[in-house]
Amino acid sequence: MTETTIPENRSSETETGLVGQPIARVDGSLKVTGHATYAYEHAVNGAAYGYILGAAIAKGRIVEIDSSEAEKMPGVLHIMTHRNAPAQPEFGPAVTPTVPEVFTRARPMLNSDRVRFYDEPIALVVAETFETARAAAGLIRVRYEEERGAFDLSARIADAYTPRRTNAGFETDSEIGDFGGAFAAAPVKVDATYRTPYEHHNPMEPHATLAVWSGDEVTIYTSAQTLANFQAGLASTLGIPRERVRIVSPFIGGGFGSKLIVHADGVLAALAARVLRRPVKVALTRQQMFANAGYRAEMVQQVRLGADRDGRLTSIGHDVWSATSGFEEFCEQTAVFTRSLYAAPNRLTRHRLVPVDLNRGEWMRSPGEAPGMLAFECAMDELAERLGLDPIELRIRNEPTEDPERGVPFSSRNLVACMREGARRFGWERRKPTPGSIREGRKLIGYGMAAAIRPNYIGAGTARVAIDATGRVTARLDMTDIGTGTYTILTQIAAESFGVPTAAVKVELGDSRFPRTAGSGGSWGAASAGSALHHACNALKERIMEAARSSDRSPLRGANDVAPIFVGGEIRVGDRSVGLADFIGRIAPDGMEAIGTVAAARDTESYRAYSQHSYGAHFAEVAVDSDTGEIRTRRMLSVIGAGRILNPKTARSQILGGMTWGIGAALMEETVLDPRYGHFVNHDLAEYHVPVNGDVADMEVVFLEEYDDKANPLGAKGLGELGVCGAGAAIANAVYNATGVRVREFPITLDKVLPGLPVTAI
Amino acid sequence: MQPFTYVRANSVNEAAAAVAARPQAKFISGGTNLLDLMKLEVERPTHLVDISRLPLDRIEETPEGGLRIGAQVRNSDLAAEPRVRSRYPMLSQALLAGASGQIRNKASTAGNLLQRTRCSYFYDRNMPCNKRAPGSGCAALGGFNRMHAVLGASDACIAVHPSDMAVAMAALDAAVETTLPDGTQRTIPVGDLSRLPGSTPHVETALGHGEMITAVILPPPPPGRQLYRKVRDRASYAFALVSVATIVEKSGDRIQSARIALGGVAPKPWRPMEAEYVLAGAAAADAAFTEAAESALAGAVGRGSNDFKIPLAKRTIRQTLAAAVEGV
Repeated sequence: MTETTIPENRSSETETGLVGQPIARVDGSLKVTGHATYAYEHAVNGAAYGYILGAAIAKGRIVEIDSSEAEKMPGVLHIMTHRNAPAQPEFGPAVTPTVPEVFTRARPMLNSDRVRFYDEPIALVVAETFETARAAAGLIRVRYEEERGAFDLSARIADAYTPRRTNAGFETDSEIGDFGGAFAAAPVKVDATYRTPYEHHNPMEPHATLAVWSGDEVTIYTSAQTLANFQAGLASTLGIPRERVRIVSPFIGGGFGSKLIVHADGVLAALAARVLRRPVKVALTRQQMFANAGYRAEMVQQVRLGADRDGRLTSIGHDVWSATSGFEEFCEQTAVFTRSLYAAPNRLTRHRLVPVDLNRGEWMRSPGEAPGMLAFECAMDELAERLGLDPIELRIRNEPTEDPERGVPFSSRNLVACMREGARRFGWERRKPTPGSIREGRKLIGYGMAAAIRPNYIGAGTARVAIDATGRVTARLDMTDIGTGTYTILTQIAAESFGVPTAAVKVELGDSRFPRTAGSGGSWGAASAGSALHHACNALKERIMEAARSSDRSPLRGANDVAPIFVGGEIRVGDRSVGLADFIGRIAPDGMEAIGTVAAARDTESYRAYSQHSYGAHFAEVAVDSDTGEIRTRRMLSVIGAGRILNPKTARSQILGGMTWGIGAALMEETVLDPRYGHFVNHDLAEYHVPVNGDVADMEVVFLEEYDDKANPLGAKGLGELGVCGAGAAIANAVYNATGVRVREFPITLDKVLPGLPVTAI
Repeated sequence: MQPFTYVRANSVNEAAAAVAARPQAKFISGGTNLLDLMKLEVERPTHLVDISRLPLDRIEETPEGGLRIGAQVRNSDLAAEPRVRSRYPMLSQALLAGASGQIRNKASTAGNLLQRTRCSYFYDRNMPCNKRAPGSGCAALGGFNRMHAVLGASDACIAVHPSDMAVAMAALDAAVETTLPDGTQRTIPVGDLSRLPGSTPHVETALGHGEMITAVILPPPPPGRQLYRKVRDRASYAFALVSVATIVEKSGDRIQSARIALGGVAPKPWRPMEAEYVLAGAAAADAAFTEAAESALAGAVGRGSNDFKIPLAKRTIRQTLAAAVEGV
């Protein structure tokens, strides 16, 4: 971390106070006018187009590939299969020796006659046009030797195994006290099993890459959340040093965790471009994204809650069985949040895996909390009903004073305040505890709520900031903006730091030639890149002040005793001041620059000493048609305590997006796996339902005033994924409150509710 | 998508002849369904005859007091047409319940009638499908068939016709006017346009190769209150799980006559005539609505994940009839 004597320049202490302002996206006009260049849109001379042919079976061996017809098609340049693909390293074991190797391991393509999952790439056709490549791919004939695959999670739970750790390196199990004894003895309990389905990210922009070789170096224009992962993964796969792989990804049309590692488009574009000695573009089709770009695995979760008659939890148990790819393990940390959420002396959380013949699962928006809270926060609702307690009151009675499993204090925790403020604003008192009590015509109305918790991460990173002789500030880092507003908040941080308008700041992201950051993922982007930039700005200001105090030409010469303030385009020291641009022009005509770094949170004393999470409370009102069972969300409110909000506008958009994901998870999203073929049946956006505008009604987001001085120098905590956490459970609880039908198999579609709705008089 | 040739037709007769001349030729208008299917190579026409600019985009009064809707009238325009909204409100409701604004702006009236099923197995060339590859089997049987038919299906195919518009037209006793490749014309009731799958699910319509729909004829609006009710998994942009088009004419406390057409449950817009007989002359009350609903679904067969459509359809019919009667 960069040492500095410059005082913190927080919004409350400055005149500009740009950080914390709801300023509009600085890249907004580029995007709405089509001037933001996305991966597939990068233009170079002579690019050829690749189209991936996927396997028609889920498991087996390719006996024969006949591409003779395809090769005859005019314009076809190359057909790559396992018979002629360049040599690549073997894929390796299902579990990497260390967590970071998940991101850096080689991901070879077309290197075997084995088919490991349905629609796995078995050929790449490269042609002069996309249309030619696609048509030629349709002419390739393949003969397989098919084997029987395993796909059924529920039937094979008895065969589940215990992974060494969960995603992100958490302990697989945790056990405190005597869960079994306490649960057996509890006078009031819930023992409920929930199922959550396969889900897919489906960002608007598909996974796409343009690969351009120059000698033995390759430039990869792609859609990546984390450039360092793509660089390392491609270098491993191509067998070249990382320095020879440049990743460029200035704009990303959504990722949601599906663009953290390199996929088939990146590897195949790079391989084909090297073979053909010309640039090659490859994109996944929407249908191909379902098999080739990660998913959230199907899960079965058993939640067991034991309480005394006053509603104090004596025992909390959360068991998770999840499907995982057999050849590459992914264990979502579904029960990890349970370790920090509520107090109880006896506790048990466990994760188990069942291998299936699918591609690897990946990180999907709020990994862990998204499916975990969907189940757990419904179980809390079930317990509240059994106790005759208001669901908010139940949670307040179990509010811990310290992290229940780590035994350390919270850095900041405003969960109770979020619930109380939300109850007041939402009109929670209008909720009737007895389900099915509120009718409007033939509609049943229900209210539900749920808590939200999400860990605060910081990823290590570096930022470089420069100021030129005109006073213009340029920040460079290999951070990405996946639509969250990163360009904007980094602009705000730099502008505030130097006391200049945002127009005087240029933030350049998405190029692996810039200093390395942890990229976008885990909701750590703003705090990590923001802190690195904050330190870089302070380091540069320190250099400027050194010059100012020592330069003969400086009006601030000798001003050592008073802290300088950068504001209004000036440096002020006591009653002396100098124009920033004017001063830089005089002392450093070529400009000045500095770097700043931030350490990974888990390497810091603060992280070891404090339990760091963001919190929130979600409220939902639904209407259920008593004749058809159709469920529509009418209103949602989320009250958020996530430290200092760097930009309320972009932050609000993040939470709104999360709430919308909650609607999807509760009511719509499900990728159906057909166990006979091992394929995702509804692999397009017509049949994989996400909420449309009509499903997203009246949504409100409220941020509580908070500054977490333990989290980072900005006082901010991660919030991008917090909006999803528990949002679906609030809706599910509202559906129960409306109907009295508790559906524990998500999504809650009308066919699951209908049998519980009596036919009523007309 | 395989390469194809393309020609823009200058007249109806020329278009029909152009398609008839080549076995793998197809008409294209809005292309909102055909182009998707071509990209997936579910459809592999070698020649496309573009009929979108033929002068078939007018809506005219018929001498009988109905409307003649040109085959190329866009779905958006038809839904917004004042005469349609006032005299055939269920048709406007059905159109607006379908697709998205962008698709409705592009899709034609005839194309809507001729759109193909959305069965996911039909859409995936790796899967068996008797409709796409006759004789290969039906993957939806014993598979994920939540969207599939409970009425009119066969052991060869359980796909549904996805149109909303066609359901309202079936209830309105609409008919299509066609021109054959030899220049002759004929009229086919909308209810007879789609064929039941039987053992030949790849033969979907009563149209011959090169026969072109030129218009839809709406008879004069029948007396009574019209309603179109679509039940779906999300608020918009989803195909019907069940839809009910109904026209109920009351006389005092009794039902004079009633029509029902169902969508989302069969390979074609489904007119349960028995249910209409039940309602004719009955007291306008729950007993008749319930009996009509039971009657409409009497022959229904669930295939697993679509079993729920049977009770759902009954409940929706009952409630829609009640709403039409009460004006609720």
